[in-house]
Amino acid sequence: MNRVTFRKTIVACATLAAVLLLAIVLMSLLGSEPLPVRASLCALASFGTNRCGLTQDQFDILFQIRLPRILLAAAVGGSLATAGAGYQALLRNPLAEPYLLGISNGAAVGTMIALVFFGSIEWTRPILAFSGALLATLAVYRLARGRAGATPERLILAGVIVTTFLSSVIVFVTVLMDATRIRSFTFWLLGDLSGASKALLPVTIAVAIAGALALTLHARSLNLLMLGERDAFDLGVEVGRVRIVVFLVASLLVGSSVAASGSVGYVGLVVPHLARLSLGSDNRITVPAAALGGALFVIVADTVARTVIAPRELPVGAITALIGAPLFIYLLRRA
Amino acid sequence: MSLEGRNITVAYDRRIAVADVTLSLKRGEITAIIGPNGAGKSTLLRTLNGQLPQSSGAVLLDGEPIERLNRRSISRRIAVVAQEAELRFPVTVLEFVLGGRFAWATHSGWGWETDQDLHIAEAVLRETELSDLSARLMSELSGGERQRALMARALATEAPILLLDEPTANLDLSHQATLLSLVRARCDQHRAAALVVTHDINLASEFADNILLMKQGRTVHSGRPEQVLTPEILHDIFEIRVLVDAHPVTGGPRITPVHEPISVNRGPGSV
Repeated sequence: MNRVTFRKTIVACATLAAVLLLAIVLMSLLGSEPLPVRASLCALASFGTNRCGLTQDQFDILFQIRLPRILLAAAVGGSLATAGAGYQALLRNPLAEPYLLGISNGAAVGTMIALVFFGSIEWTRPILAFSGALLATLAVYRLARGRAGATPERLILAGVIVTTFLSSVIVFVTVLMDATRIRSFTFWLLGDLSGASKALLPVTIAVAIAGALALTLHARSLNLLMLGERDAFDLGVEVGRVRIVVFLVASLLVGSSVAASGSVGYVGLVVPHLARLSLGSDNRITVPAAALGGALFVIVADTVARTVIAPRELPVGAITALIGAPLFIYLLRRA
Repeated sequence: MSLEGRNITVAYDRRIAVADVTLSLKRGEITAIIGPNGAGKSTLLRTLNGQLPQSSGAVLLDGEPIERLNRRSISRRIAVVAQEAELRFPVTVLEFVLGGRFAWATHSGWGWETDQDLHIAEAVLRETELSDLSARLMSELSGGERQRALMARALATEAPILLLDEPTANLDLSHQATLLSLVRARCDQHRAAALVVTHDINLASEFADNILLMKQGRTVHSGRPEQVLTPEILHDIFEIRVLVDAHPVTGGPRITPVHEPISVNRGPGSV
């Protein structure tokens, strides 16, 4: 693997960004309702200012339903993949992933509390989800960290403990909900982008971009942190400060994406792994590439989820888990 | 450039790990710390690096209390070679060694290595005989090669003070000597000061200018190897009989432990 340079990073990220843009356009044309390709492209190119001959229904499907959902998928995917890369550096283990560690469950509990007690106030959801994710992160960190960092065994056990504990909390809160909401709720828990909230979309996108930037700006410190906290300290990393940044940023990313779409699993595992496999372990390239790649991954997965048995839909989390679980087994066998 | 410890005491909970130790590293000299397990050697080293806070006393780096300095400014002056790094992520030898340039970056977060950084990394890779392995993954190296990569990374920091915690633990005979020769060369040519924690008394005798003998957190003796490596002092420290004679080549003290069969002590009253 060649050394990562600024130039290589820019080329990789620009390429990924171009593919992402292409995917956003292409996937917005796919769905249970076929849209005329040329007119849709024309309308997309005008950012919705020109209808280009689409009917009102077609125009609404494109701009009110598909595009927001795709953008949300991108934000959620980018957030989760970035958070995954962050947790992996923090816990010094490539198996760390927000869903498997129970951190998504922490955010889910927060979101549910917001739904049950402050149902009409949408902005309480990401805030409580963030708090839940932060508490779960702290719990996992304390449980998983041994003298030699988080060994795979410790990490997975910590994840199991936090996940199962929070799952029972989720059951408790579910009982407080009315029966009509439980089905949509179960879908949401598995990771579902169909309930995209327009009000939260800009927040989710902003958090994804800000979080990816914040971790990228600490990437060189993360590189050293991955090799051990003591080594990083010796080499000049303000370990305590960087750790807090990763804690906060990763929790914020998980919180905002879970509040918007539930627990989409394995994104934080699959995408950083692929980024490292193709571009090397340097976080200066892994983190931004994972952010863009995560967006791409969830957009494609969600398109599969909403088209494969159209007009019915699968939760996107089912698709990502189908891809992620075998990869997890493979990584575990190598660890 | 100076690193000094004045009356350092370090306590974990209630247990005193280091008690009232005073030492000063001199430019151009290697100081070795030897002593039995649990004597507080590594704790002392970690305190001198600012990682563990002392309960009393002071650690002064260039005359300033180390706790007032920021990490990067300390890391530009003090390099540490500890035991093996964790390697759960694939990192090449060159990338690993370039980690030593972190403290010199103008942007600590997303900065990129300069040509000078690369130049320095390549030079230390040559010094540690790792040039041919620079593109290999750290996880593919042998224990000895990895230890040399740790050394290379410490040298890449260009810090004038080197703290080494059992640097030769994983090395075969020839690489033990090579590694300490590298430290010696740094001290002679770059006027560096080195502190080496080691269990290998003969290696300390050969390479160190000063030896600090620690027992139960205290420095019991310190001085030139020929002054402190005597049968009486070593018996006092390790509670084992040793023979000390002159090394046939270097003329310095050579230590040979005398292993006596373990006698079964019967308490009074037993038959």
